[in-house]
Amino acid sequence: MSSSRWVTVVFSVFLAISLIASVLLQRGVDQLRTGATLEEVLYISSPQALKRLSLGYDGLLADIYWTRAVQYYGNKHHDGARRFDLLAPLLEITTALDPQLLVAYEYGANFLAPKPPNGAGMPERAIALEEFGIRNNPNAWQLYYNAGFIYYMELKDYAGAAKAFARGAQVPNAHPFLAILAGKMAEHAGDRQMARMMWGTSYQTTKDVNVRANAAAHLRALQVDEDVTNLEALTARYQQQTGRFPSSFSELEAAGMLRGTPRDPLGQSYKLMPDGSVDLRTPDDFPFIEKGMPAGYEPPLSPKILPSD
Amino acid sequence: MNSRIAHIASNTFREAVRDRVLYNLIVFALLMSAAAVVVGQISIDIERLVVINLGLTAVSLFGMVIAIFIGIGLVSKEIEKRTLYTVLSRPVRRWEFIVGKFFGLAGTLAVNTFFMAIGVFVALLYVSHRFQKQDRWVLVALYFIILQFLIITALTLFFSSFSSPLLSAVFAFSLFVIGSFAEDLRGFAGMMHGATRWLATGAAYLVPNFSALNVITSVAHAQPVSGQLVLYNSAYALVYTAMAICGAVLVFERRNLK
Amino acid sequence: MAAIEILGLEKAYSIGFWRKRPKHALRPLDLKVEEGEIFGFLGPNGAGKTTTLKLLMGLIFPTAGSARILGMEVDDPRMKAQIGFLPEQPYFYDYLTARELLEYYGQLSGVEAKQRSSRVNEVLQRVGLPDVGGVQLRKFSKGMLQRVGIAQAILHDPKVVFFDEPMSGLDPMGRREVRDLMAQLKVEGKTVFFSTHILSDAEALCDRVGIIHQGELRGVGAVADLTSSVHGKVELVWQGTTVPASLRALGAECHITRDTVRAMLSEANQDAAIEALRRERLRLVSVTPVRTSLEDYYLQKLQPDNATVGVGAKA
Repeated sequence: MSSSRWVTVVFSVFLAISLIASVLLQRGVDQLRTGATLEEVLYISSPQALKRLSLGYDGLLADIYWTRAVQYYGNKHHDGARRFDLLAPLLEITTALDPQLLVAYEYGANFLAPKPPNGAGMPERAIALEEFGIRNNPNAWQLYYNAGFIYYMELKDYAGAAKAFARGAQVPNAHPFLAILAGKMAEHAGDRQMARMMWGTSYQTTKDVNVRANAAAHLRALQVDEDVTNLEALTARYQQQTGRFPSSFSELEAAGMLRGTPRDPLGQSYKLMPDGSVDLRTPDDFPFIEKGMPAGYEPPLSPKILPSD
Repeated sequence: MNSRIAHIASNTFREAVRDRVLYNLIVFALLMSAAAVVVGQISIDIERLVVINLGLTAVSLFGMVIAIFIGIGLVSKEIEKRTLYTVLSRPVRRWEFIVGKFFGLAGTLAVNTFFMAIGVFVALLYVSHRFQKQDRWVLVALYFIILQFLIITALTLFFSSFSSPLLSAVFAFSLFVIGSFAEDLRGFAGMMHGATRWLATGAAYLVPNFSALNVITSVAHAQPVSGQLVLYNSAYALVYTAMAICGAVLVFERRNLK
Repeated sequence: MAAIEILGLEKAYSIGFWRKRPKHALRPLDLKVEEGEIFGFLGPNGAGKTTTLKLLMGLIFPTAGSARILGMEVDDPRMKAQIGFLPEQPYFYDYLTARELLEYYGQLSGVEAKQRSSRVNEVLQRVGLPDVGGVQLRKFSKGMLQRVGIAQAILHDPKVVFFDEPMSGLDPMGRREVRDLMAQLKVEGKTVFFSTHILSDAEALCDRVGIIHQGELRGVGAVADLTSSVHGKVELVWQGTTVPASLRALGAECHITRDTVRAMLSEANQDAAIEALRRERLRLVSVTPVRTSLEDYYLQKLQPDNATVGVGAKA
């Protein structure tokens, strides 16, 4: 059977070579075509037509588009992109195909509305998305929450936010925070406590890892801002009392103003600067901070969102 | 050796051509192109769009069906009906048989696609009244479709070498559907963790990448296709086809023929 | 060099859900067929005849043992150029015409292009299909397909020809023609190996036969030898209607018709019986040694306890 053995060997070798080659070539093709499939999304002028074309498999198609949306956002975000043109159509098509896919609307609030580099910067479109969701799921309190969130965070429309939260609070089984947020809006609009409440609600109620990580990052940033504000107030008081800024946190401790070394949300100690300001040791780990940045610090193009616990 | 392969190929071609199923499907595809012209008249601006989209999709889908049916008819059926007995008792090596069959089928599909493509171009000419520069991208799209056919034919051959006609059809068609979402599959795999991630990634690379070979939508919008992509896709189709045929040969070499 | 040499060729299948029970389609077979012989492979349906042929053609692979044809391995293309095969109930490419089919097969068998058409016509004549070369095979009757099958088997002038049930589907005239053709092949110096369950054909044609049953070779030998073996009986015919008592004592089986008696007894008692008849003054008409027919031998070999290889076997 030697000729048969020979055939087996030759063709096995060819098989192995072609297998490896096919994998390598595919990787090459992938690079050429990043986003090519996605860009076809721009050509779908009518998501409703697509829904009809899917012959009842709209659920599966919605899942496919949803996966594409997640990948698209992740890749763009990772590359520090300034434009997320395709996110809106991807989310719109996903929700058109499956209006009950609530997580898509969460993405609308968390990643479609905010400005680049963290999002697509399309708050109006995001609001439209939430409204579409509300029409199809009138008892989903999360959608009212998302709308209010967008009004508050991106549009700075506190009245609109309060209205949305109030609507949502009336839905049966709504999260209790909705009523609280609606109520507190009048006094606390724009302040840190409000922001913390909202991000906290997002963090607790979402089931999506990316949304949770995003919320955690915002909460950490808020914590940092608060910490730095408080610490800098302390150093100012110290300066007033002693005529100079403290050179270390232990001096503040000795003065009875502090207990223990202050640490940032990730466990690292803050850095006390000679001019009394307080900086983070690793500002790159904290996107969204407004305080605690060292002088001349340029935040990275793609904000680093750590995976949440 | 080469002349035997050539003889098997030409006999396969002859057999396919005389099988009347082929003609019915070609006619059907031509009708689709005609329908595209009618539909396109609903909106003047998008005539071209509809003709290309519908026409090329028809060519692709019907060609796929033809490829699978003929592939099975001419291999699984041969094994089942024992026409193979008198062929293999001659100085024909089993691998020559497989390779010859492939070339015969590939030739058949190329000719078939040619006729269907004529239908599309006639429809295009009808709505545009003359050929435009963007039309050459339609040729590229058609070339990619032929590459798809080659891959699916090789796969059908592979499945036919060990399974029944019906199962071969099911497997081949399933791989066509899954392969059309190959890029998404890799996306899915990327979102998983651990062992499932490796498995899913492996599967995603093993499945034929038909999504990269489908440029119908962008060609319909008169987008150009990059030369690099043409090169890569050609190489990929060649390599994947070779892989499937090697698999077919290896399986068939050992098969006890009932 | 033997035309066909089979050594311990075996084929077992594992059947059953867990693939545990082996089914022996062919138990270890040892067989030799010399060049220029017509060898008949006899056995009931399912005996293993087709399995043996498929093993020889390389269509299935043995679980043990080996075979050589014309001294070459079973998968050797050089060997295959010199053999022809007609499978049982052949099926050909429907849409080809007879001529196209034979041309195609000629191409595959390496028949030179120049000689091909004349060969094809020749062989169509020979199998009795001179006028239907241009007709598509799907229009052929079963008998015509059988003839085409024979045609493709001898087209390239092979040295050894294998036929699996060559007479199936043929009417008596067709069978006669095929028998004549096979005899003619032998005259041309070819070796013919064919399987059949029709004993009269084997008896008429074969130099040697092998009998296979339930995957086992039960007997092999020259037809002449097998049919003259062993029984050793004689038949006595005499006029009259009486049977002498002494004859009955010798264990004669008697059959009385109007005015003759036919009696069968063993050869050893032949002289005593003739003497008895002479004493009774009965008129002896004939004394004939009784030959076993091939059928008797065949049926005997099919009995479960007969597992030996028979007379004249070339091991």
